[in-house]
Amino acid sequence: MEIFGRPLSAMLSQLLLGLVNGSFYAILSLGLAVIFGLLNVINFAHGALFMLGAVLAWMGLEYLGVNYWVMLFAAPLIVALLGIVIERLFLKRIYKLDHLYGLLLTLGLTLVIEGVLRSFYGVSGLPYSAPEALSGATDLGFMVLPNYRAWVVLASLVVCVGTWYVIERTKLGAYLRAGTENPRLVEAFGVNVPLMVTLTYGFGVALAAFAGVLAAPVIQISPLMGQNLIIVVFAVVVIGGMGSILGSILTGLGLGIIEGFTKVFYPEASSTVVFVIMAIVLLFRPAGLFGKEK
Amino acid sequence: MAVSSSKDVALSIRGLQAWYGESHVLHGVDLDVHSGEVVTLLGRNGAGRTSTLRAILGLTGDRKGSIKIRGYETINLPTYQIAHYGVGYCPEERGIFSSLSCEENLLLPPVLKGMGAGMGLDEIYAMFPNLAERRNSQGTRLSGGEQQMLAVARILRTGANLLLLDEISEGLAPVIVQALAKMIRMLKQKGYTVVMVEQNFRFAAPLADRFYVMEHGRIVEHFAAAQLEDRMPVLKELLGV
Repeated sequence: MEIFGRPLSAMLSQLLLGLVNGSFYAILSLGLAVIFGLLNVINFAHGALFMLGAVLAWMGLEYLGVNYWVMLFAAPLIVALLGIVIERLFLKRIYKLDHLYGLLLTLGLTLVIEGVLRSFYGVSGLPYSAPEALSGATDLGFMVLPNYRAWVVLASLVVCVGTWYVIERTKLGAYLRAGTENPRLVEAFGVNVPLMVTLTYGFGVALAAFAGVLAAPVIQISPLMGQNLIIVVFAVVVIGGMGSILGSILTGLGLGIIEGFTKVFYPEASSTVVFVIMAIVLLFRPAGLFGKEK
Repeated sequence: MAVSSSKDVALSIRGLQAWYGESHVLHGVDLDVHSGEVVTLLGRNGAGRTSTLRAILGLTGDRKGSIKIRGYETINLPTYQIAHYGVGYCPEERGIFSSLSCEENLLLPPVLKGMGAGMGLDEIYAMFPNLAERRNSQGTRLSGGEQQMLAVARILRTGANLLLLDEISEGLAPVIVQALAKMIRMLKQKGYTVVMVEQNFRFAAPLADRFYVMEHGRIVEHFAAAQLEDRMPVLKELLGV
């Protein structure tokens, strides 16, 4: 069967690849949006912490024999702790300053984290294979579905929907939304906003590390893997609109799929299509598809 | 309710100075509010009345002096701890959150530790039926009057018994201003302590037990409601009312 002169099976497998990439975009831009909302910091270190998640998964297996499933929880926890240290040590000093300082500081942290790991492991990829239970593929009749890729999409969706639910539908989320609008007033009501800010940063970077562990078996693990991805993720955030939770998730998945289809129809454009869309969105909706005009 | 009706001091401020960055806004404010009293801060715009309320909660920049709430010194505490001494704050700009529904706004301020129970949601909805009707609307979609009711109502739930109300009658229709006056009387009956900043002298005059007049970041006049008649000439000069 063919659609527009392309075989259906090729379309479907690119759609799945697009969904996998879109899942990473969604989790990463979600974390960026949550952090930007409450901290007003554009967390450039997000890509490096995503990479750290993947490297930790590899290190766990390599040095300690700890398997994928344990690291799927342990790596985000370790990165969250690192994030809490970063927030208490550095970020809390710059909230009153221009966005540019947050960007520069987190860019600096990125270079440090990437540089340290690069000096240990170089830039060639580290091998990591999918866990036994998820290796292999399922034949659906119309296409062959690699089990691990299906798991990535499923796990990402669960995490994204869970995060959305907590932020939009719970009391904790109400504090977070109110804190995003007017942190001083929320504090005047007796809520420990500084603690909330610290934990939010920890949670945001834990999401990045979770995505990193998910990515470990499908993307080459290397100290530079975050760089390639984070630029696209920033474009996703700009397209979706900074600070919108649902917007980040939908835009991430949508752009992953668009990228996938571009690979089928015009592969040369697949790495630029996101930026072309970004330019068009910025022309017509400068605040992003889901963003609110200020 | 843990509101005492005796004449003990709910709020005692001594030599309070406050800054916004470089600008020195309060130059030594002295002020006492007894439990169960309604006290009004009068003064022209920029006299330091709003800054006084904000300084009590640590919402200004640097602060110096002494702010005792029910006898506890709070000048060195971070903002988020001060509310737990029983302070409820309604800011001049109302501070209704647009990403929260009316009811989420109402439920946002946490119930304060160590304070008596505040009003229940039913009690609040009985007092402000409009808020019950619009509980699922986006907070900022409410009318100005409804937003003002919401801003006051949400601090009645928390058990706070020292209410700092900044210009609650500002820009509202007369019928709503009357409803707010009725609410203040009711709060007083229930034993709440209220510190109001008011531009609307006619709103504040019949409600308050005592008045403080501020100018240039200081208290310049202080008198009880009974002396209001005698002090009108002075007030006219100070406030232009």
